Amino acid sequence: MRKACIKNITVFTPEKVLTNNDLGEEFDIEPDRIFKDTGIRNRFVSAKEELASDIAVSTGEKFFVENPDIKRSQFDVLIYTTSALDYVGPATAVLIHERLGLSKNCLAVDLPMGCAGFTHALTVAKALIENGTATDILLITSDMPTKVLHSKDYHLRSIFSDAGAATHISTSGKFEIGKLAFGTDGSGAPNLIVNGSGARNPIDQDWLDLYKDEGGLLIGRMEMNGIEILKFSLREVPDLFKTVLIENNLQKSDIDLFIFHHASEVILKFLAKKLEISSHKVFSCLENYGNTVSASIPIALSEAIKSNVIPANSCIFIAGFGIGYAWSGTILKTTEL
Amino acid sequence: MITITEFIQKLEEEFDDIEQNSLTPSTNYRSIENWGSMHALIIIALVDTEFDVSLSGADLKNTQTIQDLYDLVVSKK
Repeated sequence: MRKACIKNITVFTPEKVLTNNDLGEEFDIEPDRIFKDTGIRNRFVSAKEELASDIAVSTGEKFFVENPDIKRSQFDVLIYTTSALDYVGPATAVLIHERLGLSKNCLAVDLPMGCAGFTHALTVAKALIENGTATDILLITSDMPTKVLHSKDYHLRSIFSDAGAATHISTSGKFEIGKLAFGTDGSGAPNLIVNGSGARNPIDQDWLDLYKDEGGLLIGRMEMNGIEILKFSLREVPDLFKTVLIENNLQKSDIDLFIFHHASEVILKFLAKKLEISSHKVFSCLENYGNTVSASIPIALSEAIKSNVIPANSCIFIAGFGIGYAWSGTILKTTEL
Repeated sequence: MITITEFIQKLEEEFDDIEQNSLTPSTNYRSIENWGSMHALIIIALVDTEFDVSLSGADLKNTQTIQDLYDLVVSKK
């Protein structure tokens, strides 16, 4: 049977960095206090004209620079995962496909998901590889949460960050993708939502008047019930972990490293407590990247590789979870590094 | 179920800024120095992981002291 593996990951971040000094000055809070509360030092903020799709193209171009032996023409499928599409139509994946100069025979599809986007996309990519539909898949995850934040929303601005990641998935590579488990609970939709961002409740004159000083928040405003998101994470991720272990015929002790979506420091810390695992086994680069939505897991994987914290022949549990609610996870088995 | 003394110890462990033995059952937990929404999240996460009890934002609003909080957790256990 064909295997689906992650071959390479490329990470791209916008130039502008929002530091705790910047935030502290704006909100009159000690920078050290911000770090103590969030565990984050830096967040990336896209330029005014730099959309999630532009980050995706920059990420893709960087991928081809970093991997000169890989041809643009060899990709069968481009999956673009984001919660910030350019248009209702055409698909943003089609526009990225054009700008990256991929083959006309390449399928290009959007998978509009947020924090579970990367692991959701792996379910699709793994199926396409294993059933022989595709051999080389380019999965680009990029988001621009900072563009839907109100400037006075200190808590959201202290967590969210813009970035992109390009992941090459093929029949061989660094990490073999195990069986995936997943779940959906739309009852949680009101707890993390970008209001005024689509056909349901589109922005109107009242909205424009309300957010006049914010430039109109023309593509919506993110609103989050932090308590409910925390409770959802602590409720569903442990169950997801159990299911993934069963599906992959593994024991908890077989897992060498845990990479959770970088939701927030509190969620990462208490997931470790709830799963009764050592915090040393939980890899995090939240400090330097913040919560980059769909890009957080591939960014963390890439950083874990660079940091040499992944032993040979090891098992990594990855879990994406958030807006929806949606969640999914799997095991990555290292083959070569 | 742990005692209120043990509950206080766990709270003190989770809140970095708090000196050990500085909290009592009658402490209004919102008066803790630098109290903020992050502390509320930590309390909810601690109660969830330690006691498997789910508290809501409204639950927190209806309590003032650590004793109130402990009693609420006990009643939901």
